[in-house]
Amino acid sequence: MTTLPQGTELPRATGPAVLAPPPDGPLLQATDLAVDFSLGSALIARMRHEAHVLHAVDGVDLTIPRGEALALVGESGSGKSTLARALAGLQRPDRGEIRLDGKVLPARRSRADQRKIQMVFQDPYSSLNPRLTVGGMLHELLRVHHVVAGSEVESYTRELLGLVGLGEEAVHAYPRQFSGGQRQRVAIARALALRPELLVADEPVSALDVSVQATILNLLQDLRAELGLTLLLISHNLAVVRHLCDRIAVMYLGRIIEVAPTETLFASPRHPYTKGLLAAIPRLTFTPQGDAPAVRGDPPSPLRIPAGCRFRTRCPIAQQICETQDPVLTASAGDPLHSAACHFAFGATPPPREPAVLPSTSDE
Amino acid sequence: MSGGYSGSQPLLQVSDLHVQIASRRGIVRAVDGVSLEVPAGEAVGLVGESGSGKSMTLRAILGVLPSEARVTAGQVLLDGADLTQLGGSQLNKIRGPEIAMIFQEPMSALNPVMRVGSQIAEGPQVHLGMNRRQAAERALELMRRVGIPDPERRYRSFPHEFSGGMRQRVMIAIALSCDPSLILCDEPTTALDVTIQDQILRLLTRLCRESGTSLVFVTHDLPVVAQVCDQLAVMYAGRIVERGSVEEVLTQPCHPYTLGLVRSAPDVDHPRSSLVAIPGAPPSLISPPAGCRFHPRCKFAEEDCTVTEPALRLIDAGHSTACLHFERCLDELRTEGADR
Repeated sequence: MTTLPQGTELPRATGPAVLAPPPDGPLLQATDLAVDFSLGSALIARMRHEAHVLHAVDGVDLTIPRGEALALVGESGSGKSTLARALAGLQRPDRGEIRLDGKVLPARRSRADQRKIQMVFQDPYSSLNPRLTVGGMLHELLRVHHVVAGSEVESYTRELLGLVGLGEEAVHAYPRQFSGGQRQRVAIARALALRPELLVADEPVSALDVSVQATILNLLQDLRAELGLTLLLISHNLAVVRHLCDRIAVMYLGRIIEVAPTETLFASPRHPYTKGLLAAIPRLTFTPQGDAPAVRGDPPSPLRIPAGCRFRTRCPIAQQICETQDPVLTASAGDPLHSAACHFAFGATPPPREPAVLPSTSDE
Repeated sequence: MSGGYSGSQPLLQVSDLHVQIASRRGIVRAVDGVSLEVPAGEAVGLVGESGSGKSMTLRAILGVLPSEARVTAGQVLLDGADLTQLGGSQLNKIRGPEIAMIFQEPMSALNPVMRVGSQIAEGPQVHLGMNRRQAAERALELMRRVGIPDPERRYRSFPHEFSGGMRQRVMIAIALSCDPSLILCDEPTTALDVTIQDQILRLLTRLCRESGTSLVFVTHDLPVVAQVCDQLAVMYAGRIVERGSVEEVLTQPCHPYTLGLVRSAPDVDHPRSSLVAIPGAPPSLISPPAGCRFHPRCKFAEEDCTVTEPALRLIDAGHSTACLHFERCLDELRTEGADR
């Protein structure tokens, strides 16, 4: 195992010295990552003419530069949480590779590798051990991973709690004694305790009340500024994402279908799904809304992904080519930072049409 | 009563409603003197944080409170009749043809072992005196109206065979099945994805507009309220602290709690550098603070706020607030507007 740095200073943008040489490449790079879930028996599935393998993540390429906050957005079932879990090492990928600092992470990660990517979960009521005090939880973690010398565990714990805005008295408290927002602070402290290079936050504010959400979002923003954290934020709330992230990746049925810097994506979305997603956000406007929804139909079941482009069943501009050719994620000629997986993303848009196959799109 | 809505006789009138829950630590005053009018054909939003009493208010209207909770005072008048005085069988005659309800989790509100078509047809059979064939016809027509594709085939499906959005469409069809004059919605789209939420909200607003049905819409999501509702009531710690037209309350909030809610949510169209959270936590409803219940978290609080509990008072046509110093909210908005 790598010798870990001593002392109580928290991770900086440059990273601890022992992880040298300071890499120029991206912090994290995933190539052709895929996660499948097998459901029930293959025999019964064949008898029913159904697929029994669900492609939750279906060939994803993703790069996260050091210090960036990248958002992963998409609807339930789009595979965003599975992708996050695969990156964090909680879910073994079936295909593809993950590189951290240029080094390939093996399927079974060493403790030192596990330490480098930490996660904050959605529900702070179920992600904290109810029978451990906050201090007990952090002490155990720090000892197992040898983050600091035994004599410094106590002071480092207090420092961590201070960093997330909790007082020293929190050391002796149990999770049940905290409100939802405070629990999420504890969960963030737990993730930061190991001085991760990448913090993966899966819907960190969805379970919280609006007024509490703001405190956690501000905390994440401050931590980024203070520690130079690299952040992967999974969220379905585009307002949260716009507030916090530099770049956005939009997922649909296991694929990334558009990636762009935040402001570019909001100003000129290129994929028809992204356009619909942005139009569907409820807004603080008081003019009467039309009756036509932004995106029609339900997403297809991930067990029956349409051939060709997977969005074509709901797409307002789908053409013949979309039924036969699966569009790949391609960068715009004018803006290499902006990529989309649509045949018509950066060219002329074909005229809108009625989606022909709407009834069959709802999952059953 | 102060702060009434404009217009004629309201369809629903809740006055001075109190709901208490017995707990081991004492009596929780979940709803503590709520008054609310719902005019015919209008949509009234009820917003607040969890524990503010918004869902309890909604459930008290229809008499579907959890077993530990009960209405201890107040009236719920529907067309002049007090629903709190009615017994179970009388209430059952109201539920469906007069008032219907749509819940947050359609999966737990629907019967898992009954075909969806039969669930939609049940109301018309019981309340409208239809025979099985007529009721089935009506169910099919409703399924078409709420946009369930291939209704003849889906009639015989079970709820688990539907997606979340389709289940919520079934709930809407059930709610509409007996032509109620009022539909109560308890966070109907919170569990749905944003594109499906958009579909359901547009559907619900269109159907209610077409049939002239009134809505009471409970949510914590301000943009959703802005899209659906005409009137808005903001609840805090079991009481309504501000109400008025949606546009006025959300653009000219006259209660520091409303102002806090508006500012703490990130706005997708106007990103700000930092969000302004409301400090502190909601108070205990067993022993709420004396005076204004919001004063421990309020930056405008003065000596007088800790003494008397301010009543809701009218400050503008159709706009009322329970804040003694509401001008400060407006001052702050003005200075902020000047800074922009």
